[in-house]
Parts: sequence; structure tokens; C-alpha cells
Amino acid sequence: MKLAYWMYAGPAHIGTLRIASSFKNVHAIMHAPLGDDYFNVMRSMLERERDFTPVTASIVDRNVLARGSQEKVVENIIRKDQEETPDLIVLTPTCTSSILQEDLQNFVERAQMESKGDVMLADVNHYRVNELQAADKTLSQIVQYYLEKARKRGEIPEGKTEKPSVNIIGITTLGFHNQHDCTELKRLMADLGIEVNEVIPEGASVQNLKNLPHAWFNLVPYREVGLMAARYLEQEFGMPYVEITPMGVVETARCIRKIGQVINAQGVKVDYEKYIENQTLYVSQAAWFSRSIDCQNLTGKKAVVFGDNTHAAALTKILAREMGIHVVLAGTYCKYDAEWFKEQVSEYCDEILISDDNGVIGDAIARLEPAAIFGTQMERHVGKRLNIPCGVISAPIHIQNFPIGYKPFLGYEGTNQIADLVYNSFTLGMEDHLLEIFGGHDTKEVIHKGISADSDLNWNKEALAELNKVPGFVRGKVKRNTEKFARDRGLTEITLEVMYAAKEAVGA
Amino acid sequence: MTATQEPTALTFECETGNYHTFCPISCVAWLYQKIEDSFFLVIGTKTCGYFLQNAMGVMIFAEPRYAMAELEEGDISAQLNDYEELKRLCLQIKRDRNPSVIVWIGTCTTEIIKMDLEGLAPKLEAEIGIPIVTARANGLDYAFTQGEDTVLAAMVHKCPNKAPEAEKEDRNAIQKLLNFGRKKEEVRAEESEYADHPPLVLFGSLPDPVVTNLTLELKKQGIKISGWLPSKRYTELPVIEEGYYVCGVNPFLSRTATTLMRRRKCKLIGAPFPIGPDGTRAWIEKICSVFNIQPKGLEEREAQIWESLEDYIKLIRGKSVFFMGDNLLEISLARFLIRCGMTCLEIGIPYMDKRYQAGELALLEKTCKEMSVSMPKIVEKPDNYNQIQRIQELKPDLVITGMAHANPLEARGINTKWSVEFTFAQIHGFTNARDILELATRPLRRNNNLKELGWDKLVKEEAKV
Repeated sequence: MKLAYWMYAGPAHIGTLRIASSFKNVHAIMHAPLGDDYFNVMRSMLERERDFTPVTASIVDRNVLARGSQEKVVENIIRKDQEETPDLIVLTPTCTSSILQEDLQNFVERAQMESKGDVMLADVNHYRVNELQAADKTLSQIVQYYLEKARKRGEIPEGKTEKPSVNIIGITTLGFHNQHDCTELKRLMADLGIEVNEVIPEGASVQNLKNLPHAWFNLVPYREVGLMAARYLEQEFGMPYVEITPMGVVETARCIRKIGQVINAQGVKVDYEKYIENQTLYVSQAAWFSRSIDCQNLTGKKAVVFGDNTHAAALTKILAREMGIHVVLAGTYCKYDAEWFKEQVSEYCDEILISDDNGVIGDAIARLEPAAIFGTQMERHVGKRLNIPCGVISAPIHIQNFPIGYKPFLGYEGTNQIADLVYNSFTLGMEDHLLEIFGGHDTKEVIHKGISADSDLNWNKEALAELNKVPGFVRGKVKRNTEKFARDRGLTEITLEVMYAAKEAVGA
Repeated sequence: MTATQEPTALTFECETGNYHTFCPISCVAWLYQKIEDSFFLVIGTKTCGYFLQNAMGVMIFAEPRYAMAELEEGDISAQLNDYEELKRLCLQIKRDRNPSVIVWIGTCTTEIIKMDLEGLAPKLEAEIGIPIVTARANGLDYAFTQGEDTVLAAMVHKCPNKAPEAEKEDRNAIQKLLNFGRKKEEVRAEESEYADHPPLVLFGSLPDPVVTNLTLELKKQGIKISGWLPSKRYTELPVIEEGYYVCGVNPFLSRTATTLMRRRKCKLIGAPFPIGPDGTRAWIEKICSVFNIQPKGLEEREAQIWESLEDYIKLIRGKSVFFMGDNLLEISLARFLIRCGMTCLEIGIPYMDKRYQAGELALLEKTCKEMSVSMPKIVEKPDNYNQIQRIQELKPDLVITGMAHANPLEARGINTKWSVEFTFAQIHGFTNARDILELATRPLRRNNNLKELGWDKLVKEEAKV
């Protein structure tokens, strides 16, 4: 048992659901008790999704506990198959079904006999893997399932596309700025003269997975999701993959050069150096920003970075290598992939922290007192408590981290966005600091709005106590409304009764 | 929509139970705030933690007095000793937070692996010197607000049986609050303002301002509230003796009511719930009638509240509402909205206790007759998929639903109100009736403002559900 207040990566089934709901016309059925379908709320709220989230639960209740699911799961699968005719139904185990140890594979096989669509059991163990590992695994499982099926039927297209082409692997629903990153990557590929063969899983159809081997190579932008599928494709179809995250100017260039090598190796001569130079020096503003006076002022300032592997590693490199900022601590909560992280950032920071305990990170931030933090929503709140600005760079995230405006983190536009984020975080802190030095904002408080003279009214103790229970941000309004109410009626003492009467009268 | 048939009595149906609701462990979110000296320990898995973390939103950053005891593989396979593990964590909590009570919330997992929390608690309680209350608020048995019911039912056992006379006065926090700063004689003089009636204890967790409000409403009728379950602090739990009267303030408290009646030999006043001015009046009247008190000024009070609501009621009169059902407040809210002039097409509800809600169901029936609208269909354990088919067919003016369906329905041109807000807003008593309508009319007001723009349907084809 572990005392936990907060977790960075969610439970395994969330990863499976993220993959399933990213595909078009794939439905997930969770084997779970009532209330475990919270994923639907998150997707509907955070992504402001217009369509119903294709996830339902086959409810585990007392009866299931006593007698087993029996026909229930099978019936639910068949019912969903008829109602919505999905291409694929993914039966998703949860922590509850893990310990019930029902033979879910058997349910899947039975349901498959009566379903038009395909039925599959997500092969994830709740107690061994987290959200990110499960997502990686499920994506690879689906890719494998459809390629093997196509191979058996001889439906895999021969050879490669005429022009160089790529599959972008790992764009998912509820992924941090994934939608914008995807657009940016497609734009980048177009600039490089590379056709996008398939993007998976977001918006993809499982029927098209058989076309994956048609591409010249795979691009896996995020460390956490997609590598397993890319490795499978390499092993089975000899497809090379590029796993350098194009985040930051230097890494984007590195990614593009690697893509160049991969294409050259397949017999088409490409040279991207001119493109890289042009983008770096004149199109993206990030390189110019590092040279400008603004950025000079950031030299040697202390920062702490924490997040998932992809974003924390990339940000650490950007801050240290491209902006001259002193990264005192870089950390990740991807404990299962810690070696990779250490290797990536060791030369760019003083200290490395591998932990999924928010208390440890909070304490480290308090101890180091950086000028800015780059982390998750949790670090943002640590920053609030300690009065240190924080730029959010990684999940877990809130609704404000699903912006409507175009805000990629990848590619050249991504470098611009990151420069803004970093610069704004630091100047915000500096502005606050300067204000303090020069005595703060104008301190004259506005006490009254509208009505002139100060309280000729007497609040009795109970009423005053009640007023103090009203949340601070509306207390002033409640006070003004109550006093106006009392004044209008010529009352001089404000009691609890007057307060309620005023509330009833003005309705606020 | 015009009713095709006019049922003369309420009809009850039961569907598949495939519906969306919050897990009952969510009750820790409001109960830890209500009971100020408590600490809630949810014994479950990452799934439970993930839900709480996301559902509680920013509260999670306010150093809440709640935590997960996250079960690991060793706990599931019993390689680790439950007692020792819980002792270790509870001692840590005692050291860091020093609470007056630790509430263990049992989850689906503890049910399945049959962890004997009720058996472990008294032993550990004696060993570490902090009371431990055990509540099985799990998704196998309960929905959303029923979580509070399991916690309060467990707390009933911890209420003192009989307090020494001198201490009794001190225990009563509400009374103390009302008497705040007054002299003894004044207090004694005030005692005479109350009618002579047997002790009354109310149950149900409400925000403190609502507690004060309802206490004052009853005081106007000369009725004194001897205590409230839960109180602001665990150490102030009310005295409950045999023969006390008890009355619920929320529709989802049937276990608590049963426990009070069976285990503590209390008499339950079965009234409609004080939601909406009609409900509040009926609630007070029922309590008065049990105590043989002639209610004073209630009719005028109710009329005056209705009058002040007219601007909101204008917006919904004659419109139809559909409750998908997820928090058990549905019957009371539907009854209030029907009194406001709406028609109700369907009341989905997770669980319907016809005995505990008898007063409320009778008032609903009476309200439908008086407003001459057809009786709504009450659907227990609804099936969300079927409901969405019915919604698309009936095209209600307002759907009250969970967040999982709200955005997709809005994109299809259907007004929705997120049901969870009714659980957290202040909706009880005369004073707060306006807040209910503020919530219920918000989508209509917003969409009225936008209606010229022609942006009703924002999905390309009539996408499949």
C-alpha cells in the first residue's frame, strides 16, 4: 500500500481508451463497475468533443461478483456491434476485472462469432503498466492485429509509394497539444516533399492499417506512445523509423537530417540543409530570440523542468542549449523509462530526479528556488504556493491546456511557441519582483462601488460571521447588495434574517 | 411536445443500468470540507485516484484532507498484511495531519478481495487512538451521492447515546453559533421561543450557510434542531437517543434513515425534501404536523418567493425537461420544475427508494395533477444509449445530464444542464430556490442570446450516437 495524493500517469485502461477513441469507428467496452467511465467526461470536457465518446461500460455489479459476467459482456459487445457497427470493438480490462480473473479472451472469441466487426481484448495488466505504457501497447496490438490479418488475406500492398512517404505514429486523443503538433508535422513533411501515408491512431481507420508498409519510413514524435508499433513494423517489414522528437531548433534539425539519411538510404537523393538553415535563421524566430537582448537577460537564470520523458527532455535541452538558462533540476515521472531520460539530459542539467511522488518534486523546487518552473499542472500549483511562475509543458493538464488557437510544441512553429512560453514565464516573475522592489501596485483599495458613504450600517455578530463564510471573491458583492437592500428599507442593523431577505430580493 | 397519453399515476420502469454517473467515492470531496477535523482515506487503486484527482479539479491542489491508500500487486495477492499496511499509513496520517477521525472508504477492489475493513478498524482504532469510520462507498453497489449515504450511515454508530446534561449544550454547535456572544439569560429567554417538542435531529451534509438558513426557518416555527448529522466537526456529532425524531434533507439518504430507525430507534419524519419553495414549505409543514404545531406564515412566504422567481420562470414555463439521471436529486428537482410550469418527459434515476422518498413522490404526483401535466415516467437504472434515442425523438427543451453527454448533445442542438452542479450548488430552502433556477435557465438564457446566429447544429451529418 502506498499513500498517494496525486498521480502523474493514469491507470492502464485510460491508455487503452485513448488509443481506441483516437481511431475512427472503433468502440471500447470497459469491463468495469459503475463510475469507471470517467474517461468520457474527460474527453468531452477537455477536448470539447462534439461527438459521443465511443466508450461504454459493461457494468460489473454485485451480481457479476457473485455469478461472474456470464453472458453480460458478450451481449454488450454484440449489442454495440449492432447499434453502431464499429470496425473494431476493444474489450478493455480495468483494475476490477484484473482481479476477477474472468476469461475475457473467451468472451471476445464468443462475441466475435456473432459480430460483424472485429473484436479484440486489450492486452494490458493494470498492476504492471500505467496509462502511457498501455497506450503504447494497445496501439501496437491493433497495428499488429490488422497487419497479420491483411497478410493472411494477401492484402498488403506491394512495394512503396512512388515519392518518399511517412507514417506519423503516436498522435492520440487527450495527448498534450497533439492535434496542433500533428498539423505542424504534416506541414513540415509537405515542406520536405514527403507524402504523409497514414497518421495513427488519431482520426485513422483500422481498415487502412494494411497500407502502413507502403510508406518509406515511420516518424515517432513522442517517446511514450508509438515506439512499440514502429519497432514491430521495422522487424516485420524492414521499415526504418525516426524517433527524434522535433522539439526545439536543434532537435528539429537533427530530426530532419535523420529523415534525410533514411530517404537517401532508399535511393532518392535529398538534401535538407538549405531548408534547415533558412528556417532556423529567418523563418522560425527562436534562433533570433536566443541572440536577442531579451534572451540575454535570461542568461544563467535557474529553472526546474519536470514532466513526461518527451517534453521534459526536450525542454531541458532547449533551455540549456538554446537559451543559456541554468537548468538546476530536470525530472521525469516515467520511471519505467528512466535510463533513456538520464542519457538525454545528463549533460544539460545539474541534477536529475526520477519520481512520481509530487511531494518529492515540490520539496526539490522549494529547496532550489528557481526563477521559473516548467512542469505539469501540479508544478504550476507548487509555483503558485511558492510565488514562482510556471509554464506547463506536459500532462497531467487542465482544460486551459487544450487551447483552441494554434499552439504546437513540435516543428518550427513549435519553437516560436516555446520561446513565448519560456520568455513569458520569466518576465512574469521579473515583473512581480520589480513591483515588489518599487513598492508594489497602487495600494489604495477601492472599497466602494457606487454607493457613497461608508457603513452607516451595523452588522451584528452572526451576520458578520456569516459574511465571512462567503468566499472572498464574492464577499464584497454580497456585502454591497445586502447593505443596499437594508438602506432601501431604512434598516440600520444587518442580521442574518436581513442577509437572507436581501439574497432572496436580489437573487445573488 | 404534447403528451399522447395521460397516465394518471406515476409509472416506474427499470432499464439495464448502463448509465454514466460519478463513482460514490466522490463524496469525500464535499465531506472532507464539511467535517473539518476528518481525514478520508480511500483504499483502492490508481483508477479511484485518477477519478478523484480529475473530478475534484482544483480542490486537489488545496492540500485536501484526503488521500489514496493505493493497493499494489502485493496487496491484491495478500503477500502484504492488510493490517500492518493500514497501520503504517494511518500512523503517517496521524503524524502529519492529526485528525479527529479517519474515514476509510472501501472501494470495488477491497470488496472483491474481501478486505475486512469493518473488522480491522476497531483493532487499529484501539491501537492508534483515533476513531476510524468505515464506509463501503463502491461502484459495485452505489452511485454518486449514495456515497455520502454510506458514510453517514456509518457515522450514525458513532453518535453519542446520551451526553451528560452539562455537556449537551456545548455539543450543539448550531445552537452555539446562534447564541454566539449572548448572555446566558438571553439564551434562556430565547429557549421559551421554541415550542415544546421532542428532540429533532436532521441528517444530510449541507454547506454551513444552508444549515444556518434551514435552522432559522424552523426556528420561526418554534422548532429547535437538537443536532445535525454530520456536524462541522466529528467531535460535535449529535447525541441520538431512543425516541428522537429524525428528518432527511436530501433524497439519497435512505441507508442513513434506515440505520437511524433500526439501530438507534429513532422516528423518521418522511417528508418531501426542502428543495424549491414548494418542497421547503411541504418539508416544514410535515415536521410541524408531526409535532402538532400550527405552521405560521408559510403560505405567504412561499408565495413571496414564487413572485421573486417570476423572471426566471417566464423562461421555462411550458417547456419540457428530460432528466437522464445520475445523482438521485431528480425526483425533487423534477417536482420543483413542474411546479414552475415545465413538463417533464422522463425522470431517470440511479436508484429509487419508494419508502424513503414516499413524501416526495406523493408531492410530485400532486404537483402534476395541480399543474395538469402528464405524470412523468420514472426510469430506474437507465440505459444512456436508449435515453439518447428517446431524446432525439422527443427533442426536449432541456436535458439535465452528466458531462459525458452534455457537449455532444449541445453540438446536436439540444440544450443541456450539467447535473453535477446541482449537487454542489446551494439548492435547499426558500432562499436558494433562485439558485436552482439560475442553473436550470442558464442554457436557455445563453442560447437565447445566440439564437440569431444559426449555429444550432454543429455536427456534420446526424452522426451516429
